[in-house]
Amino acid sequence: MNWMETARTSWSAIGSHKMRSALTVLGILIGIAAVILTVGLGLGTQKDVSSQISSLGSNLLIVSPGSSTSSTGVRGGFGTGSTLTEADATALSSKVNAPDIAGVDAEKSSSQELTAGSTNWTTTVVGVTPSYTSVRNRTLSEGTFITAKDQADEASVVVLGSETATELFGSTRVVGQSVTIDSQTFQVIGVLASSGSNSTSNLDDTALVPLSTMASNLVGGSQANSVSTVYLQAKSADALPAAYQEAKALLLNRHNIASADDADFTISSQDALVGAATSVYKTLTILLTGIAALSLLVGGIGVMNIMLVSVSERTREIGLRKALGAPPGAIRNQFLVEAGTLGLTGGIIGAALGIVAALVLPGVIGSSIEVSGLAIGLSLIVSIGIGIIFGVYPATRAARLAPIDALRTE
Amino acid sequence: MAEASVMPVFRAPGSSEPVIQLTAARKTYKTGSIEFEALRGIDLDINAGEYVAVVGPSGSGKSTVMNILGCLDTLTSGSYLLAGENVEDLDEIDLADVRNKRIGFVFQQFHLLPSLSAWRNVELPMVYAGVHRDERRRRAVAALERVGLGDRIDNKPGQLSGGQQQRVAVARALVTEPTMILADEPTGNLDSQSTEDVLALLDELHESGRTIVLITHETDVAQRSRRIVHVRDGQVTSDEPNTPTHLMGGHAA
Repeated sequence: MNWMETARTSWSAIGSHKMRSALTVLGILIGIAAVILTVGLGLGTQKDVSSQISSLGSNLLIVSPGSSTSSTGVRGGFGTGSTLTEADATALSSKVNAPDIAGVDAEKSSSQELTAGSTNWTTTVVGVTPSYTSVRNRTLSEGTFITAKDQADEASVVVLGSETATELFGSTRVVGQSVTIDSQTFQVIGVLASSGSNSTSNLDDTALVPLSTMASNLVGGSQANSVSTVYLQAKSADALPAAYQEAKALLLNRHNIASADDADFTISSQDALVGAATSVYKTLTILLTGIAALSLLVGGIGVMNIMLVSVSERTREIGLRKALGAPPGAIRNQFLVEAGTLGLTGGIIGAALGIVAALVLPGVIGSSIEVSGLAIGLSLIVSIGIGIIFGVYPATRAARLAPIDALRTE
Repeated sequence: MAEASVMPVFRAPGSSEPVIQLTAARKTYKTGSIEFEALRGIDLDINAGEYVAVVGPSGSGKSTVMNILGCLDTLTSGSYLLAGENVEDLDEIDLADVRNKRIGFVFQQFHLLPSLSAWRNVELPMVYAGVHRDERRRRAVAALERVGLGDRIDNKPGQLSGGQQQRVAVARALVTEPTMILADEPTGNLDSQSTEDVLALLDELHESGRTIVLITHETDVAQRSRRIVHVRDGQVTSDEPNTPTHLMGGHAA
């Protein structure tokens, strides 16, 4: 008996019990759709998170002060201390000492109250260098950015985030307006284009001033020359490790620190941030996929159940087929193909349902769902595999029935 | 694979060498610790073209004879040669092949598959024999015409009368040109008119040279055969030639 005949026999058996077959298919269908959706949701979220992190800028290394160990053994944490200076930033931008670093942006931030007319708004005021836009991957929607001249002149100019501008003036068309920060008047020269928020800060709610202005007029004192963060842009993704080594060696040298373990700064890469954020979502995805896979398992047990019913219901048919010369293998294959067909049908419909849901749901729940071809292909293979694996036992039972006993069943 | 184990048997035409040779056949069933001897040493030779009735009351062992002859069961001891081949040596796969090629079954309950049309039922044994699709259809239709159901080939069993269903079953038994047609109480579920139809069909098949073994407990039915073997308590009690009553000018029941 060839496979065509086996398939025809199996199809007619499935067709003669439409309701039962449909319910069995439903079990597999739900499992497959759930797996595709959870995997898609996990992948989508990971992609969202990494795109948010890369909105910080591309090929970025982030140097933060701190993590220093004092002579008494007290170790300062990440971001504490004032060990990074503008001079460090200038040194890092040297093409000789750090050839793999393309751009350097030193920043110094502090929370300040901004006033425009009778409206006030508290936000993070950041002193930045003119390379901010290129290093941090930002663009302006209005006006111009801080120039080297503004930096040299300690000019009282400010570039507002789009949200800050809206809060203060009710609009983003605010170039030429004045804002008061710490009783000093700043002229608005530009507005940043919106770039969304990342997981830690709102990139649209900020006010940028020249770093020199920040140091002399807004913070001052002993903190005047220290910076809170230095962003380094490597020449390319491949140059990141080299840039990391150069920055580390240069800073250790400048700070007269012999051992890297005693470093009073921390260099982290975007990769590390992405890795940390995605590992959380990965764990969540694995958990959800596990639950979905369980429902697939339950669907598979449904297939087995139905196939066992089918075998006992068709005992006489099996007996007859054997009497007419069907070898055990032909009977087994007939039931295996039947089970595999139920599984595959569930898989195809489930995959289709999963894809439709992946297209519709993001609009409803607000997170993106990434349907991968691999997940679909795998789930189809799994669905037919589940049908066959859970069909083996019933099919073997059918194949082993003794024809005389089977024929006598009433 | 099955063909390889079949020893070719060369026989002169018209030779009376038996197609069925049952020698000292014993069959013991075990249910737990209880043993039951269904066959207690049966010898039975049937030649090609014979029409034999195996008759006995229930519990006589005639169903066991039918299972053994039909290769649905194997002997505990003794030997069974079917067309010269010792079927006691065969495994399950080869037995399936022997049933497929050598034996045409007709059962009391017809055993047609209700979801298949008449010709699909008739083609079933050829499906397992690996006969090509078009050939199967042609032969199935020819067999149905032979039993007088040429106009019912697309009907499902539920749309046919009992007598017609049994004729479909006979067509299915014929279609592989088997060595022997094995009919187990073929008229047990039929009214007298349908019984007559089916028995007339068996007469016709016998006249065209088929070997027929009829298992029955009804004397009237057995009277249609040319040789009656009585079985009782697992042994052959009589084995005599028979002249059918309708050939003597009398009336069949």
